[in-house]
Amino acid sequence: MKSVLVLEDGTYFPGEGFGQKGETAGEVVFNTCMTGYQEITTDPSYNGQIVTMTYPLVGNYGFNGEDNESYKTHVQGFIVKELCVEPNNWRNTTDPDEYFRKNNIIGLKGIDTRALTQHIRSHGSMFGIISTECGNVDILLEKLKAKMQEKRSLVMEVTTPEPYLIPGGGNTVALLDFGVKRNIIRSLQKRGCNIYVLPASSTAEEILSVNPDGVLVSNGPGDPKDLPGAKAVLQQLLGKKPLFGICLGHQLLGLSLGGNTYKLKFGHHGGNHPVKDFITGRCYITSQNHNYALEKDFSSDIEITHMNVNDNTVEGFRHKTLPVLSVQYHPEAAPGPQDSAYLFDEFIKMMQHAKC
Amino acid sequence: MPKRSDIKKVLVIGSGPIIIGQAAEFDYSGTQACKSLKEEGIEVVLVNSNPATIMTDGETADKIYIEPITLEFVKKIIEKERPDGILASLGGQTGLNMAVQLANDGILERLGIELLGTSLQSIKKAEDRELFKKTMQEINEKVPHSAIVNNLEDAVAFVESVGFPIIIRPAYTLGGTGGGIAKNMEEFRYICGKGLKLSMINQVLLEQSVAGWKEIEYEVMRDGSDNCIIICNMENFDPVGVHTGDSIVVAPSQTLSDMEYQMLRSASIKIIRALEIKGGCNIQFALNPESYEYVVIEVNPRVSRSSALASKATGYPIARVAAKIAIGLNLDEIRNSVTQNTFACFEPSLDYIVTKVPRWPFDKFTTADRSLGTQMKATGEVMAIGRTFEESLLKAIDSLDIKLNYQLGLKLFDSKTPDELRDVLKTPRDERIFAIFKALQKGISVEEIVSITKVDSFFIHKLQNIVLLADEIKNAGIAWLDYDLYIRAKKIGFGDSYIANLVNVPLDTVLELRQKYPIKPVYKIVDTCAGEFEAVTPYYYSTYEERDDVVVSKRNKVLVIGSGPIRIGQGIEFDYCSVHSVRTLKELGIESIIINNNPETVSTDFDTSDKLYFEPLTKECVLDIIRKEKPEGIIVQFGGQTAINLAEPLHKEGVKILGTSVKSIDIAEDRDKFLKLLDELNIPIPEGSTAFSVKQAKTIANRIGYPVLVRPSYVLGGRAMEIVYNDKSLEEYMKMAVDLSAKHPVLIDKYINGREAEVDGICDGEEVLIPGIFEHVERAGIHSGDSIAVYPPHKLSQKIKDTITDYTMKLAKALKTVGLFNIQFVIDKEDRVYVIEVNPRASRTIPIMSKITGIPMVNVATRLIMGETLRGLGYKPGLAKESKFTAVKAPVFSFAKLTTVDTFLGPEMKSTGEVMGVDRDYHHALYKALIASGLSIPTGGSVLFVTGERDREDCIRMASRFSRLGFRLMADEDTFVWLKEEGMKAELVPTDNILEYVKSDKVSLVISTPAKEGIPGRLGFSVRRTAMEYNTPCITASDTTNAVLDILEHMAGKKETQIYALDEYSVQTK
Repeated sequence: MKSVLVLEDGTYFPGEGFGQKGETAGEVVFNTCMTGYQEITTDPSYNGQIVTMTYPLVGNYGFNGEDNESYKTHVQGFIVKELCVEPNNWRNTTDPDEYFRKNNIIGLKGIDTRALTQHIRSHGSMFGIISTECGNVDILLEKLKAKMQEKRSLVMEVTTPEPYLIPGGGNTVALLDFGVKRNIIRSLQKRGCNIYVLPASSTAEEILSVNPDGVLVSNGPGDPKDLPGAKAVLQQLLGKKPLFGICLGHQLLGLSLGGNTYKLKFGHHGGNHPVKDFITGRCYITSQNHNYALEKDFSSDIEITHMNVNDNTVEGFRHKTLPVLSVQYHPEAAPGPQDSAYLFDEFIKMMQHAKC
Repeated sequence: MPKRSDIKKVLVIGSGPIIIGQAAEFDYSGTQACKSLKEEGIEVVLVNSNPATIMTDGETADKIYIEPITLEFVKKIIEKERPDGILASLGGQTGLNMAVQLANDGILERLGIELLGTSLQSIKKAEDRELFKKTMQEINEKVPHSAIVNNLEDAVAFVESVGFPIIIRPAYTLGGTGGGIAKNMEEFRYICGKGLKLSMINQVLLEQSVAGWKEIEYEVMRDGSDNCIIICNMENFDPVGVHTGDSIVVAPSQTLSDMEYQMLRSASIKIIRALEIKGGCNIQFALNPESYEYVVIEVNPRVSRSSALASKATGYPIARVAAKIAIGLNLDEIRNSVTQNTFACFEPSLDYIVTKVPRWPFDKFTTADRSLGTQMKATGEVMAIGRTFEESLLKAIDSLDIKLNYQLGLKLFDSKTPDELRDVLKTPRDERIFAIFKALQKGISVEEIVSITKVDSFFIHKLQNIVLLADEIKNAGIAWLDYDLYIRAKKIGFGDSYIANLVNVPLDTVLELRQKYPIKPVYKIVDTCAGEFEAVTPYYYSTYEERDDVVVSKRNKVLVIGSGPIRIGQGIEFDYCSVHSVRTLKELGIESIIINNNPETVSTDFDTSDKLYFEPLTKECVLDIIRKEKPEGIIVQFGGQTAINLAEPLHKEGVKILGTSVKSIDIAEDRDKFLKLLDELNIPIPEGSTAFSVKQAKTIANRIGYPVLVRPSYVLGGRAMEIVYNDKSLEEYMKMAVDLSAKHPVLIDKYINGREAEVDGICDGEEVLIPGIFEHVERAGIHSGDSIAVYPPHKLSQKIKDTITDYTMKLAKALKTVGLFNIQFVIDKEDRVYVIEVNPRASRTIPIMSKITGIPMVNVATRLIMGETLRGLGYKPGLAKESKFTAVKAPVFSFAKLTTVDTFLGPEMKSTGEVMGVDRDYHHALYKALIASGLSIPTGGSVLFVTGERDREDCIRMASRFSRLGFRLMADEDTFVWLKEEGMKAELVPTDNILEYVKSDKVSLVISTPAKEGIPGRLGFSVRRTAMEYNTPCITASDTTNAVLDILEHMAGKKETQIYALDEYSVQTK
């Protein structure tokens, strides 16, 4: 099955299709993780994005029922150099092509993914369209331009429509779901939390009504500035409850404290980003997935606690007087290194402390 | 933490000679570490007994001692140099063991010298089996059921409780020396007894076998602030049971999900923290393929072969960073020298697949046991990079330089039935990958192969892809080999030679096709970050895709062809030469490009040349790079026979071969042309001729008279060379040799039992510089690579030296040599000098000769190749003035790793490495060389003689010298009789008891000269093997024995041996 990727600047990559037939458009990003493709396809933060994997062999260990990061897949399209036909792993239940077909994901393989990655690195992330139906670049560019005009509410597409409770015997956490990854929930469960998962549109009153010991502001797709409501809600929660922000949640907390966010050239998507913790002096290898970042200086109440060793972007902050903990990277990993799981313990400590 | 200010001078301990399990990787890591320390302003002192290393070059460290790495000598260096710290974790197991000895000795404490990097306590925690097990238990990491025993009784008791199979690993040995898997009590007693003897602390680990599980390795780094990173993980193609050094290994892991990857990653970090390692370490896991269950097999608390591989696979310079960590720097303070914009604190992300394939010495050791187990047997390895697994594997196989009828070794198992193949697959052997290919071709299913071999089906399916495409191409033939099929063949990694072979046309036909379409590879950068950041490192590999990362400069450039994997006969010295050539080109302002595929070496370090292409050394791959880069020419004379063999085919394609011309190379290598030249020059050569048949061979042999030296034409390291004493053995030899090389005839020469000498010369086409002459201690008949060699000659008269000089000058000029060449001579009893052979290339003695004379031979040769003249460089032609110092080269063997190989020396090269001893006189230099080579010279006790009739006279002379030195004599039945006839007293050791004697402490030295080509089962063979396995010193040549006697007589009661730094003797005089 012939297929092609056309980027908004007219660059095109002809290859072979896999998974679902048809056309799909979205922002093209690359991910440098060498394992964890199942987690990536099901990560709600990728809603609206076409992901290309820099590691050339994908699907080697198949797909299973356990490694999903949400109830469904979210990538807008998936690009690989080679998709494994004969995977093997004791947990494998679904072969790659079947997985993509079943989940209606349009895939493209057999292209020079390194060339695509380098193109995005040099020119910044951009929109692209994959088609198995048409190879005419001009026609596809037209279609892509039209798609780019559509305004999508990426977060509203992935947040839970209704609140729900995952009961536990420990601290009560209000989890603001902007597209939460399942491993965040698992990480809280492991620590005994009683978790109310709340829709992204929840008001401060609704959040406080579950009487939480702390609020976790989750990861999610898109630009934090598209969520002015959330910023206002967080401002109301400040000082009332301990807050823990992850990724998009971190950006929203930053905005609510008077900070500003900006778009990175091509974002951070991978499992090998070094982050320096200024409090302990230690360095951590972190799992990251974001296109936006917080500006460095925004409030004298805030202390920047973590920075990216490579490009000096803000990776974490805390409030000097209030119980606020916030990181740009993913302590829940999945995929990626598990070195930062201790941050969930810190969140628990913060909640315990606030209770006394 | 910033750099420590209290550490100003550091002693780096090297790894010594190349042996199986400890090869060139430590020259690579040691050189990188020394450079890294110097960058930080540290004064670096180095000790290493291996002269064929870049590490021991003047520019690598501030003070270099090429002295034995023994407690005695290292202590002397420490006393003299008084370093602030010692860095031992870069010198392999040799370095670590020396650190332990130094600490136990108390000298470090006494002089206040700190062991830098990983502490002694941590080394012990990782290396001492009991402590390791305890540490793992404390952090809840599982290790296999095991017991640590110090004697055979306890061992038997344990095995009776857990059953077979069981793995035996001696403590504190390298490359698994002396270990193995026992399937029954008999094997168990044998391996265990041997292991106890070989272990430095008489300790072995017995371990439950997890054979069949996945073997996964992690390369981990930790700094002084407890920051930990993973450089790379690797998956062994062969499941647990085969030593990782003997396994095909891929990076990164291919069959692990993120859950499994992170589980083992987290475990690795937990382990490196518990062991408190500062620097790099390698952790090996066995992972159950059916669950999350895993066990920790082993931790190497130092840089290793795996870390060298990981460095080359990822571009991350582990040794460089480890050295900086040792002096206090943290990972986030060290720059990533690949991107230069990021820091060392990150984990490389790969966007390609790396495959390593070991190179085994079984082409030399035809009687060796080829099965693979816990004891490493490979001498070297190759690495290849591709964008698919198939491509990287096939490129690696192409890099092996084994000419197995091209990539899949098609003919090798052709005649085997499927059942026979099933049988072959059962035991892991060096050729198993080819057997799998053949089994797939013969229709054995993937599932069945998986069930026999336990290799993951992911890999076998990939091999199946290769086989299916090969079938498709074969079926298509040249008629249907269209663009589409051809590009698919290239993408999967098929070399053009293989494609030509499949469709049964000459290679040139396929090459024409490629020009027609046209199809050419692109080159991608190894950048540590999968393209995320811009990289400045010019480290490339080829693949068949769209975008090319290479920017071809407008500068003048020269391509240097490397030497490929380390093997017997082609060792690290050729990498040494390649590196020096590249450095000289840089000095001359010429862009230097190197092609090589050996991950262990300095030449494949990313900052050695201006551009590095990590590629197979095939005509196709080299030509592709030449067409891209368009260099002025290529240099082939430094890359050993591998590179020389490329000269003619590339020349035919119009490539300019710089230096000695292809025509001259041909004259030197073609027997008839060479004889004609010698005749013209009136230079004698041992009488001989070329035979194409057995009959012809016999006629020639009888005409010139036995004994004769027989060998196939075009040889590498004396391959298949033998001394033959009668018609019967000649017939046997011919049967084997003709089979071995149908294309080339057999050469038969008069064997002259005389002294040997060799010369390395440098010629600018008109004039010749001879830095020096090496005289061999052993007479002709022992391969020059296995001989002890002395510079300046110890016993050659001025007249002989003059004749050698005269012949050398004449020959080099007649051949219009430009660059380096090597000539071997034999001198008969009447002092007549004969030329044996000329090698129009660098030889293995170049590094030693360069170091002892101070003449940078490769530098000079490269300059001559690029058009300068000897006189222009200020050198006077002729034999250079002899140094006041003496250098002795001694060979080093790896017999302990290769069972059922006879240890006696003959015309077939057997050594894997060499050492140099330097002193003001011959005896001290020889003493140092022998000590450094690992021979423990006994000063008393009993000498056991097991000798053949041919050596009777020698034997009697030696016995009386030993006797005068106070040794007791012991002898086998034959020798006893001769000694008695001469009126000498000796203890008779009956044949039945002889091996027991050798095993026990009753014998302190064995002299066993072979009566005949070693045959397993014969007494001499068993004696030599037993001595080897029980660490009883054993000498197999009377000349070597006499040299040892010289030392004993000369040094008895003399004052202590001095140490000398390189700059004391390596002084260049023009």
